Amino acid sequence: METLGVLLTVPMDPYLEEELDRRYNLFRLWEAPLESRRDFLFTRAGSIRALVGNTNVGADAETIDALPRLEIVSTFSVGLDKINLDKCRERGIRVTNTPDVLTDDVADLAIGLAIAVLRRIPQVDRYVRDGSWKTKGDYKLTTKLSGKTVGIIGLGRIGMAIAKRAEAFGCPIIYHSRSEKPDTNYKYYSNVLDLAANCEVLIVACSLTPETRHIVNRKIMDALGPKGVLINIGRGLHVDESELVKALVQGRLGGAGIDVFEHEPHVPQELFGLDNVVLVPHVGSDTMETCKAMADLVLQNLEAHFSCKLLLTPVL
Amino acid sequence: MVGDETQSPDLQPLLLLRKPIAFLLSSLSTHFHLLKPWESPLPLPAFLSTHATTVQALLITGLAPVTAAILDSLPSLGCIVTTSVGVDHIDLLECARRGVAVANAGSVFSDDAADYAVGLLIDVLRRISAADGYLRQGLWTLAGDYPLGSKLSGKRIGIIGLGSIGSRVAKRLQAFSCTISYNSLTMKPSVPYKFYPNVCDLASNSDALIVCCALTSKTHHIINKDVLSALGKQGIIINIGRGALVDEEDLIKCLMNADIKGAGLDVFKNEPLVPKELLSMNNVVLSSHSAVNTEENILDLYQLIIANFEAFFAGRPLISPVSA
Repeated sequence: METLGVLLTVPMDPYLEEELDRRYNLFRLWEAPLESRRDFLFTRAGSIRALVGNTNVGADAETIDALPRLEIVSTFSVGLDKINLDKCRERGIRVTNTPDVLTDDVADLAIGLAIAVLRRIPQVDRYVRDGSWKTKGDYKLTTKLSGKTVGIIGLGRIGMAIAKRAEAFGCPIIYHSRSEKPDTNYKYYSNVLDLAANCEVLIVACSLTPETRHIVNRKIMDALGPKGVLINIGRGLHVDESELVKALVQGRLGGAGIDVFEHEPHVPQELFGLDNVVLVPHVGSDTMETCKAMADLVLQNLEAHFSCKLLLTPVL
Repeated sequence: MVGDETQSPDLQPLLLLRKPIAFLLSSLSTHFHLLKPWESPLPLPAFLSTHATTVQALLITGLAPVTAAILDSLPSLGCIVTTSVGVDHIDLLECARRGVAVANAGSVFSDDAADYAVGLLIDVLRRISAADGYLRQGLWTLAGDYPLGSKLSGKRIGIIGLGSIGSRVAKRLQAFSCTISYNSLTMKPSVPYKFYPNVCDLASNSDALIVCCALTSKTHHIINKDVLSALGKQGIIINIGRGALVDEEDLIKCLMNADIKGAGLDVFKNEPLVPKELLSMNNVVLSSHSAVNTEENILDLYQLIIANFEAFFAGRPLISPVSA
């Protein structure tokens, strides 16, 4: 086992890193400065048989090409947008992700962000902390969530979990997906524009593919409108970020709860002064419980692969 | 003259003690001849004895207290409507003694209050407000990812007070696969949740406590250090009831000693004063008694106020009566 090399792309979870270090010969990609990454990989390529990546740094074509002995990519995420799946297919490299274990956390956050934006929870918290409650009276009136129509883009595992929760708030659910889902009663919209025009809270819950890049663009934001709220727990690239900033600053969009950004960790500074946005640093699955479950899934998949057993959550 | 000269004298007089929000003030003046003590140079007791002795209807806004002394100055009073759900600011026994009927906001606020309780709970567990602040200070680029939060789904929730608000909190959290238990004055046989007659037992069996009950002499400091200790180091407390339901000193000590994990507080002992120890904690979410302050509620509330007074003046039972 000492010669079984595993490449970890970025620090992502202390428990995962410890376990990988204990079980395998672990190489930490971030320890090489960017300019010497190629050399770093070249000198270790002989032993690297597995790569563990995440939503930040995955396995792009260049990295895969640099690792001729790579057999498996196990991503610490459910999203696959940072993995060059075509290359993996070509090379016969197995790919696993972490579905299901993070569904609840992401859905919980989507609802939490919706309430936080509509009811201005972070803004009220700051209002109390800076003494304004004493000098200016109660915080102004906010807007109700219960009963508002919620539109979901993507009705997969996460989308369905969001719908289930929103329904408990009396919210009618409508959705758009690549295809209509036969076993739900929610109203289907074949295009996102109509979906946006008919809901008050629009939640992005689909996977990122070339087709869904900027699926929320200026037209969609205008259709959602000055009382509408956008929640993005998908990927930054789902939303045209510069248009989002303009729409919020100009009041064409009522508010936004955003967990993901186009160039994380950079967030457009224009958003910092707005009180109708809630911004969180890609924390969709960031709970101790879920990170442990995700790490265990990565470890179990690697173990299964190297003992020639069936992978638990294969994508390829 | 302390009423509005442009109002029709045929309108029933309605006394308010405090100036309400603009919407209520302008809408109510189309239905009633409003008596507005805040526009008078007289102190309140003098105002009441000069102008309000024949007044039958009183609207309480902003939780203005109704004491025996105030009731003494209003010998013709027959009906009080308060814009709140809580009635701990009204001496109900004295009202009953004098035959004054009291109505509150009924369940118009219940959805909003329940939404807010759930919002505070998610915020504390997932650190939404804290992470939002972290990000806005530029710390994501400077200091890296924010520390992990805790999962909500599947947790055990203990609700104190399973009335109109508590039952809605339960319904919402069930959709997050939470297990619901409760403590209430009496057990409710028709609900599927486990009843704990003892609040400490409820706390021992919960990951989070949500306080939604009315403040009465029985529920004063219903959350104290014994309950918090039973809740434990991973426990969260959310209070959207009244500040005095929680022993604030005990709570602060527990938070400072990390004997509980965090808190979401909409109400405090001496609003708007918030203990300074809380102001610097990043595992608490603080709010300005805002659980029901939505635009939608104001409209619903207004209609309920009108309906209650109309019922009173027509000799019919109140729509949302409260008893002592």
